[in-house]
Amino acid sequence: MSGRKIGDVILDLNNISLSFGGVKALQNISFNVMEHEVRAIIGPNGAGKSSMLNVINGVYHPQEGEIIFRGEHRRDMDTHQAAEQGIARTFQNIALFKGMSVLDNIMTGRNLRMKSNLFMQALWIGPARREELEHRQKVEEIIDFLEIQHIRKTPVGRLPYGLQKRVDLARALAMEPEVLLLDEPMAGMNVEEKQDMCRFILDVNDQFGTTIVLIEHDMGVVMDISDRVVVLDYGKKIGDGVPDEVRANPEVISAYLGASH
Amino acid sequence: MAASRSGSLDTFPRLLLNHALVRGEQPATREKFLGIWQTWSWSQVAQEVRAIACGLAELGFKRGDNLAIIGDNRPRLYWSMCAAQMLGGVAVPMYQDAVANEMVFVLQDAGIRFVVVEDQEQVDKMLEVKDQCPDLQHILYDDPRGMRHYSQTFLHGLDEVIAGGKIHDANHPDFIPGEIARGQATDVAVMLYTSGTTGKPKGVCQTHETFIAAAQSGVGFDHLTDQEDILSYLPMAWVGDHLFSYAQALVAGFTINCPESGDTVMTDLREIGPTYYFAPPRVFENLLTTVMIRMEDAGTLKRKMFHYFMAVAKRCGAEILDGKPGVSGSDRLLYALGNLLVYGPLRNVLGMSRIRVAYTAGAAIGPDLFRFYRSIGVNLKQLYGSTETCAAVCLQPDREIKFDSVGKPAPGVEVRIADNGEVLVRGKLLLKEYYKRPDATAESIDAEGYFHTGDAGFFDDDGHLKIIDRAKDVGKLANGAMFAPNYVENKLKFFAHIKEAVCFGHDRDMVCAFINVDMGAVGNWAERRNIAYAGYTDLAQKPEVYELIKSCVEEVNADLAHDAMVADSQIHRFLILHKELDPDDDELTRTRKVRRGFVAEKYAVLIEALYTGKGSQFIETLVRFEDGRTSKVAADLKIADAKTLPVMRKAA
Repeated sequence: MSGRKIGDVILDLNNISLSFGGVKALQNISFNVMEHEVRAIIGPNGAGKSSMLNVINGVYHPQEGEIIFRGEHRRDMDTHQAAEQGIARTFQNIALFKGMSVLDNIMTGRNLRMKSNLFMQALWIGPARREELEHRQKVEEIIDFLEIQHIRKTPVGRLPYGLQKRVDLARALAMEPEVLLLDEPMAGMNVEEKQDMCRFILDVNDQFGTTIVLIEHDMGVVMDISDRVVVLDYGKKIGDGVPDEVRANPEVISAYLGASH
Repeated sequence: MAASRSGSLDTFPRLLLNHALVRGEQPATREKFLGIWQTWSWSQVAQEVRAIACGLAELGFKRGDNLAIIGDNRPRLYWSMCAAQMLGGVAVPMYQDAVANEMVFVLQDAGIRFVVVEDQEQVDKMLEVKDQCPDLQHILYDDPRGMRHYSQTFLHGLDEVIAGGKIHDANHPDFIPGEIARGQATDVAVMLYTSGTTGKPKGVCQTHETFIAAAQSGVGFDHLTDQEDILSYLPMAWVGDHLFSYAQALVAGFTINCPESGDTVMTDLREIGPTYYFAPPRVFENLLTTVMIRMEDAGTLKRKMFHYFMAVAKRCGAEILDGKPGVSGSDRLLYALGNLLVYGPLRNVLGMSRIRVAYTAGAAIGPDLFRFYRSIGVNLKQLYGSTETCAAVCLQPDREIKFDSVGKPAPGVEVRIADNGEVLVRGKLLLKEYYKRPDATAESIDAEGYFHTGDAGFFDDDGHLKIIDRAKDVGKLANGAMFAPNYVENKLKFFAHIKEAVCFGHDRDMVCAFINVDMGAVGNWAERRNIAYAGYTDLAQKPEVYELIKSCVEEVNADLAHDAMVADSQIHRFLILHKELDPDDDELTRTRKVRRGFVAEKYAVLIEALYTGKGSQFIETLVRFEDGRTSKVAADLKIADAKTLPVMRKAA
């Protein structure tokens, strides 16, 4: 990883607290994400990992705390604005259009970048045509990048799970995001698929310089590919640092790593 | 230009420059990139090849150097071969799916200083073995993806090499023509390593002269023009691909098309619709298996229609293709209707609508498989040859197709049968030598100049050559009857459910077989019968699967019983192996031929069990994955008996 230059703080989360009625999902959590790094959020079930991700891309609005993205304070930003600002995500339960082809699914990721209006797009006239060709070019580059040429025209619903995950990643990448949030990208995969996914995540990070925030259960994977790791437990932050530090942290060991040591 | 002045087009670089002059604007190479077919014309290709050659020369590539080429079929890898030849070097294409350690031997043996590889994966392999190959100085890569952080100075992107080469070519326009002019037809052009069914691979040195002669004979034989389209998807290290995608393309001036990736070949085949097609039997077999599986899943009407018209095709299709008389008017009418409803659409699905000539070689093809393609109107023919003979010894002439022969000797090739049944070949297309192996060269080319192929065969009454098996594999049963394992195995392998078979019987009193079931076909079969299975090992041992395979084996036995020559080779007992035979475990060669001796040794306990009448046998086997890791597969294998038919003895 010699060539990739980790930059300044791109995303800063200060004292975030989120509760649903009486349930305190996140309590006073602070951490930051630097530009171009791979940042992992780990923790046992119900630790608040997905909630944290949802706070970052505006699905949930925390009751307390502030989020600073590229120097700008945000409070009640919705998902749509987050996407416009360059935050893309994939989902734990794949969110794709099952009946549509891989190509069309990835094209939907370009939606935000379409400038021509609905009328022109429907008739495929004027700038709409040129625009679509440009988008298709970009989509094809991503297809090539993720090595899914052979399923280009296949309906997503017919693909095995591991490939669907890859298409989900492709759709997120089509937005050309600055920050990519991955919610358990390796869940339910076999060893080979996990290896492929790891390689693609590192390639994305390396080639496009995309900052990556990922949630993952598989400890081996997290320790191998992340630059820094945040550990949550029952909505609280119990560890933060490079993988080796986290691994040595006694609180983390007892809460989470205990089983594997 | 030098090429035109020298007059004779007797080396590949001269042929290339000539095409650039004569048909400069016609497509030479296509590749699907980002979903779109990109085309390079002959004049563009000539420019690119010159640039690669200049770039190589700047790095220090010299006359007589060997250039290793490793990767999938990419245009720039084909061009690199020609670039090496421009400089008087030798192209050494290598199997791209070999693991790093397997590559060491060839790299060392050929004294490789320069290697052109496809991508990061291959670069990593080279870096892994570089310490063992002290000669290796420069590694060039085609695809820059993932290569940003490799800072080694001996790594070069082809993009930069070509850019530098273009400048050099512009500044020294006489350099390349001068180098080409120094080339001789008798220079070694390419070195192909034999896959080595036995022992270490040997480098087969072929000159420009031999390969051009072989290509010309094929081009003349089938009247190939510069309008042909061919899909280049077979390993570049295989002599077949070299003949069709390189030598013949350069001789006839037709277009080669490189698929987008290994997984898209079927789609690309359909999009290109090649007019000229070459594939080993295995590919035709897989295509047929896929079609059969899909037909099984089709609606009743479609399935009935398919089977009905396939029966018609079986009855008269091949005869109609050959223009033979004696086909009744009603059959002709039915066939025409079938062509409209079934054969035409089927050819279209297979990507074979435009095919004028298709060839298969590399292994014997099952007669039924062969008949299937011909009966639906695909002009599939067989050819016979080996790496040492540029894969062009015998070809089947149009209208003289026999299902069980490989045709007549190509123009200018002499074929003789030795007393022990071995096929001997003499002609222009023989190898110059085995690289650095005068002993092996002397062993295989005799004093009269005949090359000993190692295949056993005979000429039939019409002068067609029939190949039975490898000469060394043909054995005798204990009762003295001839036993040609390959012959029996091919009959088994025609069944869609059987992927691989290995028969034993030499010096034994009966024939027994190992079977590999086809995971796709049998898996589908099992699913439709609601038979649950966990994986290959589990599926293979299901009693239902044994029954299925047993019926196939018994059908083969019935077939064998008809022919007095082979009736004794009926299979008495068989078992289904717990793992698929795999080149990574050294059980198959890279061209996927069974390494009989190795398999017999590795599974000696199983053979023992077959012949001692046991009902089952426990075995544990080490399995090697592509990245070199290993794991163990263990299973208790059932052994089944098959019915055999009494042998009819002819009254002596």
